[in-house]
Amino acid sequence: MAPQDGLTAILPRAGITELTPPLLRVDGLSVFYGSNKVVTDVGFALGRGKSLALIGESGSGKSTIVRAVLRLLPDGAYATGRVLFDGQEALALSERRFRPLRGRAIGFVPQDPGNALNPVRKIGAQAMEAAALFDAPGKAGRKALILETFAQVGLDNPQRVCDSYPHQLSGGMLQRVLIGLAVLPRPALLVADEPTSALDVTIQKRILDLLSRLQQELDISLLLITHDLAIAAERADSLVVLKDGVVQESGSPATVFSAPASQYARKLHAAVPALNPDHYAALRTVGFNRMDAGVAPKIEVSAVTKTFKVDGKALTAVDNVSFNVPAGTTHALVGESGSGKTTTIRLLLGLEQPDSGRISIAGEQIIGRSQGSLRAVWRRLQLVYQNPFTSLDPTWKVEHLVREPLDRFYIGTRRERAERVREALANVGLGEHLLSRKPAALSGGQRQRVAIARARVLKPEVIVLDEPTSAVDVSVQADIVGVLLSLQADLGLTYVFVSHDLALVRQLAHTVSVMHRGRIVEHGTVADIFDNPRQPYTVSLLESIPSGTTAVGMTVPPAALKRSITMTGLA
Amino acid sequence: MTAAFPSSVQHLTASRPAALRIPSAVVLSFVVVALVIAWSLAPGLFTSYDPVNGVPAHKLLAPSAQHWFGTDQLGRDLYARVVYGTASSVTSALIAVSIGVVAGGFIGLLAGFLGGWVDIVFARLMDVLLAIPSFLLAVIIVTALGFDTTNVAIATGLSAVAVFARVMRSEVIKARQAAFVEASFLLGGSRWHILLRHVLPNASRSVLTLAVLQFGLSILVIASLAFLGYGDPPPASDWGLLISIGKNYLKWPWLVYAPAFVTIATVLSVNRISRWLRKTA
Repeated sequence: MAPQDGLTAILPRAGITELTPPLLRVDGLSVFYGSNKVVTDVGFALGRGKSLALIGESGSGKSTIVRAVLRLLPDGAYATGRVLFDGQEALALSERRFRPLRGRAIGFVPQDPGNALNPVRKIGAQAMEAAALFDAPGKAGRKALILETFAQVGLDNPQRVCDSYPHQLSGGMLQRVLIGLAVLPRPALLVADEPTSALDVTIQKRILDLLSRLQQELDISLLLITHDLAIAAERADSLVVLKDGVVQESGSPATVFSAPASQYARKLHAAVPALNPDHYAALRTVGFNRMDAGVAPKIEVSAVTKTFKVDGKALTAVDNVSFNVPAGTTHALVGESGSGKTTTIRLLLGLEQPDSGRISIAGEQIIGRSQGSLRAVWRRLQLVYQNPFTSLDPTWKVEHLVREPLDRFYIGTRRERAERVREALANVGLGEHLLSRKPAALSGGQRQRVAIARARVLKPEVIVLDEPTSAVDVSVQADIVGVLLSLQADLGLTYVFVSHDLALVRQLAHTVSVMHRGRIVEHGTVADIFDNPRQPYTVSLLESIPSGTTAVGMTVPPAALKRSITMTGLA
Repeated sequence: MTAAFPSSVQHLTASRPAALRIPSAVVLSFVVVALVIAWSLAPGLFTSYDPVNGVPAHKLLAPSAQHWFGTDQLGRDLYARVVYGTASSVTSALIAVSIGVVAGGFIGLLAGFLGGWVDIVFARLMDVLLAIPSFLLAVIIVTALGFDTTNVAIATGLSAVAVFARVMRSEVIKARQAAFVEASFLLGGSRWHILLRHVLPNASRSVLTLAVLQFGLSILVIASLAFLGYGDPPPASDWGLLISIGKNYLKWPWLVYAPAFVTIATVLSVNRISRWLRKTA
């Protein structure tokens, strides 16, 4: 053990040659929760200064592996196998010997930056705590190091950041702070657990750029956990694809990504929207044909403005927004959080009243209606919520949930309603055995299908979809999108689809409006927007789509673009 | 392939299935509560002795096979008196809890759902009620209504209204903001439909566990009031009253121990069930 101690990661790692063994080596790792085996015989190696991505959907065991490596498994779980970190058997070390490694030699970037910092203490105080972990020269020296590191991770005004509370910073800034805290002690290994899944696309790209840059500048090994194959292929030197705790495939991005051998990797590859823009081309053509035939617009929104009063200041959430949606097609509203997408659809549904403008659906005015007459409109206009975990009443059974709108609008006899419920569920690909289940007994994808069935059972002409796939895995997302598009092709439904995921929009929409700060900055057909964007903001959004090709050589965007990106960093 | 964590957690192997099984303490609690309820419904099935007329020759006997809890100063079987006293003790606790749940729940539901000035008025009123110690409040109410076990129950119930109103209000506010409530609105649901079918079922879960807890507490409050003489006079045999009479005969301690033990066992059982409900809900 003695000679290896000389290599412990807190010391500068200058003299290490390529002959040294990998920094992290995992062999035959299995993890048990009680008697359940959740990870089976996983092995991989991560070299110094290299990066490796663990890819899998929720429940695939990727986070459990990382917890096992960091020795942060919850009570009741235990790991067997070998984890060699820097030549030391990490699983066999006593907690007292292992603790100095955590934080110092192994840095960790959590998934949701909003939950990872103490909300009642200033960032600076929390950073000092992290700095106290290693032997910096005195308080002033630590402070200087913190400011330097914050500058290094791209925070413009480190002093201001130190004096802020977590809620005063945006999600992207918080994630930078956390990355800064993780790299502060100059660890040898940085573990990032889905570091961008809670962030907007443009911010996601910048955070990933930052991680890649730090990896190179500071010679840190990066262990990246993600569900997005495209991100992984773009950022990592090697990939490990996991399913149900078993390695399906591993190797370099070139082999795993371009020529996946295992069936699961192929399925995952097919499910990533960015890689398969024409996946649903056949289903979508129906809508394009309708557009070409010049059908009348089903939805007309013209010059709608909505202002909210926040702390006495007027905030224009939706500013002079207009768009038309032809019947039987999909219109996508894209933009980052805070761009006014959600307010726009709430106005469309009549849940909020605009200050000015006109909205009509199938020729009927929405604005200025009473509750009672809005109800008649809702029979033809339905909403699918973003999060199926909150949009279904947990005390109701599936049958009752889907039947609720029929009951409320007094449609048909009891038997006809039951028949329509069955039909709606069959339409979204759910079997009758689910009728008597409650939402808690369904998976996320099944819940969202129930929500779609519920919206569809009234046979509305328009369905508004508020990021319907953002809470589910990619393969489930692909299923749901397939369901939506076949419903549209068969029944001629009109969709308004809200999303921040441009790759997904490219797969399923016919027309697109790009929203930025309450305004529509650009709109047109999918082909116009994606092949021929005119606004720098749209370009920056498109650039942010992970393409799966390695990010080498695309580090510096053109100056104009850079400016527009900086503008979008909403505080 | 060295096994890591040699000392670790093998014993927790069964932790997942255990969540589905009912702990034995809870099973025991259910048995106790079931027995007490059976006593109150059909006391005659559990004892052949007369709770009112004693045999003077058998007075102040220690517990034995004939007289499980012994006999009192008038030669009455104490077990029979406890069993026959259960009806009024448990029924009054049930009345008290029902008053609390219905009145408090209704006020909390209205305040939480309607909001605005209704909420402000009710919430302040409840704050005032909460500021008065509930036992003192019960004493005041029962004094105003007259000394009688039913009045004791009403007083105990009224003093618990504020607690129920408060919990119900916060649960309703939480449920009202859920996405499924707005979804039901879009699906054509009226306010009443949403209130009764969505908000109430979701809010009532924690109110239910509180009600079970409050049931145990009410038994104690009612026993205390009976002990102080606010309930029915002898020969009624409320548990609190039995303890109160027994305290005059300190040489024969089973007169206090027996009813006190029954009261404690019942209250502990109810509390254990409530805690279990809260964890499983």
